[in-house]
Amino acid sequence: MVQQDPAPRSDWIVEVAGVDKSFAGVHALRGVDFRLRPGEVHALIGENGAGKSTLIKVMTGVYRPDAGRIRLAGEDRAFRNPLEAQAAGISTIYQEVNLVPLMSVARNLCLGREPRRFGLVDLRAMNRLAAETLKRYGVDVDVSRPLGSLGLGAQQMVALARAVQIDARVVVMDEPTSSLEPREVETLFSVIRDLKRQGIAVVYVSHRLDELYAVCDRVTVMRDGAVVHTGEMAGLDRLRLISLMLGREMSTVRAKGATAFGGEHERREGVPALRATGLTVRHRVHGVDVDIHRGEVVGLGGLLGAGRSETAKAITGALAADGGTVEVEGTALARRSPAAAIKAGVVMLAEDRKTEGILPNLSVRENISLALLPRLARAGVVSQAKQDEVVRFFMERLRIKASGPDQKVSDLSGGNQQKVLLARWLCLDPKVLLLDEPTRGIDVGAKAEVQALIDELAEQGLGVLLISSDLEELIEGSDRIVVLKDGRAVGHLQGDDVTEQAVLDTLATAGPDGEAEAAGAEGAAGAEEPGGSTRAVSAAGGTVAADDERPQDRAGSAGRAVTKEEPR
Amino acid sequence: MTPTTWAGPDLLDRARLTRLLQAYGVYAALVVLFVVAAVLDGSFLSAGNVRIQLFQVAPTLMVALGMALVIGTEGVDLSVGAVIALAASVVPLYIGYGAPLAVLVALVFGAVSGAVGGTMVAFARIQPIVATLSLMIGLRGVAELINGNSAKPVSDSGLLSLGSDGFAGVPLMAWIAGVCAVLTALLVRRTTFGRQLVAIGDNRQASKLAGLPVRRVLVTVYVLSGVLAAFAGAMIVGHGAEADPANQGLNMELNAITAVVVGGTPLTGGRVRVLGTVAGALFMQLITAVLTQHNVHTSYTQLVEAAIICFAVYASQERGTR
Repeated sequence: MVQQDPAPRSDWIVEVAGVDKSFAGVHALRGVDFRLRPGEVHALIGENGAGKSTLIKVMTGVYRPDAGRIRLAGEDRAFRNPLEAQAAGISTIYQEVNLVPLMSVARNLCLGREPRRFGLVDLRAMNRLAAETLKRYGVDVDVSRPLGSLGLGAQQMVALARAVQIDARVVVMDEPTSSLEPREVETLFSVIRDLKRQGIAVVYVSHRLDELYAVCDRVTVMRDGAVVHTGEMAGLDRLRLISLMLGREMSTVRAKGATAFGGEHERREGVPALRATGLTVRHRVHGVDVDIHRGEVVGLGGLLGAGRSETAKAITGALAADGGTVEVEGTALARRSPAAAIKAGVVMLAEDRKTEGILPNLSVRENISLALLPRLARAGVVSQAKQDEVVRFFMERLRIKASGPDQKVSDLSGGNQQKVLLARWLCLDPKVLLLDEPTRGIDVGAKAEVQALIDELAEQGLGVLLISSDLEELIEGSDRIVVLKDGRAVGHLQGDDVTEQAVLDTLATAGPDGEAEAAGAEGAAGAEEPGGSTRAVSAAGGTVAADDERPQDRAGSAGRAVTKEEPR
Repeated sequence: MTPTTWAGPDLLDRARLTRLLQAYGVYAALVVLFVVAAVLDGSFLSAGNVRIQLFQVAPTLMVALGMALVIGTEGVDLSVGAVIALAASVVPLYIGYGAPLAVLVALVFGAVSGAVGGTMVAFARIQPIVATLSLMIGLRGVAELINGNSAKPVSDSGLLSLGSDGFAGVPLMAWIAGVCAVLTALLVRRTTFGRQLVAIGDNRQASKLAGLPVRRVLVTVYVLSGVLAAFAGAMIVGHGAEADPANQGLNMELNAITAVVVGGTPLTGGRVRVLGTVAGALFMQLITAVLTQHNVHTSYTQLVEAAIICFAVYASQERGTR
């Protein structure tokens, strides 16, 4: 499947050949070849764990490869650290800006190369230089302000300007647009085109396909630590690109696969158990509507970064929503917090088991009964008998393998930890269960058990929202699927339409016009979204907004205006 | 039944030993210290000496109990020594209305300062060490504003008896500290609040997602610490028959942290060992007393204490990394 590029060797600015890298026996990269021409914008894409970041880190000296070699402009190089790579001309701009937030913008820009006068830093020259440089990047700010006081977008531009200034020959951008406003994205693109003209090669990592098609010349697709495709961006249609990323051939759409899910569930009509309308989280989710009835499993489909987890978190209040309402059985939630959601009967199994789930040093018993404690207590004193009863019931019901309720939860396997967390939520007797990657990182046996459990729960009348990157699991587990893309609901599949083909098609096609429409609406809604990361942008948008304040209390009218009508 | 080699518990298993040391080390050390001290010096076990030790350890233990709760939430409360000074400055003002009211006012002051510290930690998300450090400095100032810079004699009989009377041969202060220890242990083990406190210390984000009232619990924990410290302050005033905010409660925050740490409560939160804290406080009290009574120079005593603290932290760390 790997297509070779015909160009002669001398044309490459970077050549990565046969690179292997493994961590504790896990292969992160396997025989990876990756080549970069001067002046090209090269998209590097793949799902989570495909090896993109490892490859970048190998190229930029963060990791040293176990095997294979890296050439820069035809010379073998072995960078020992990122500084060496930077000195050789490979600059990286990470998602999180890695500059010094308390220093001034100008200082950050000129760090290590300050203009000097009589041996001292010439502040005036430095500030003038910085202001001139940044103006070219569309950032018009007082360069003597601390960098940290700028919006994230502007900070990223400063990072970019700095990277380019250090005589970069290659600039690696890891999700550069994830925190940018639409206007800032435009500025970024024009900067990238400028880099191209200067013959600088750009590696562009992003999950937003439209951006890739807008700005990239060539593309490399990775999956499971290997390169599965390299070629011209224009020659690759969206559907093919997505199926390459997900590792699914378009033809292999199976009706019944290897998961433990049963057939469809009987959806209870009437008032939905959960109705979320116009959910909006700045940069992440733009006016998503989701209905979940009792007795059905609703899938949230989409690629990484499409806003699936954020949607679930915004529903429970774990993530502060900028707009939208959530109704549980017809009653709107007045307060939005995990506590309020739990009280109303909406619980969420979070994606990250370690940081958002388990209490590692506490026992299985404590972990299961965590959220239930107030209900087990009388006058603040926990009833041990009731607690034991609940814990025993759920340990049996979910077949949690532990030496006993007193075992420390971090000693259990991933699958059993996940079951403990499921028990934590199920013992609350919820109405709606939001599952974010319920089977990720657990063994096959536990996976089947969890899938069967989801089925059973829906059967019993629970409303379930299922987020899964495992397409098979999503298709077979869900009765309906809402497909998200770039934070918007772009498709709604039900009945016989719930197929891999349909999901792939939706992801591939539901782009341009929906996108255009949405972009237009967002422009109009600009006044509502206080993006204003830089003064320049703020002024242009006619908004006077605090620089990087989260607009938590803004109404969601902007988000709702953006919402595309979905066929029901 | 196939004959197999009998695999008994391997007592020399390193991991197992570590675990035993962590679980029971402080108690064993306390017993050993007690025995050694008694063998070296017959008068060590005399009623008089034991009473002196109990008088001295009681206020430290009170403060350490509150500190253990705070440390259980992955925090620390450096303001407790200053709260003692605050209590010492307030008590003389209200002692005219009787000891109960004066102590009550002191407790209210302790609660308020705890609430201030807790609010800084829970709502403003200032690191506990910084929040309570600022409180520590500020409260000493407040105490001086209230009291001036001089020690004031206290002669109220109620307060004096709180500080020096005994019941069944054991100082009243020790009884109170003991009851507080039992209540704290029950609080931690049996109540919703106690379990939530530990959960928050273990994983704040997960606790929040599980709907726990994280901020309320945090503020309450610091309030409890403040109240316990204020009570300790009243005891110290009663015991010394004078209120001396400039000198009372000095270094108390460090003694309390030492007791908690030696008692096996990890500074990383998620676990509170109340009985261990009691043993830790007793151990530090006794080791200092024994060394002093055998005329070991203070500088050596301090070195020994430093070594003990290092060892205790090292031992409790191994639990974390498993």
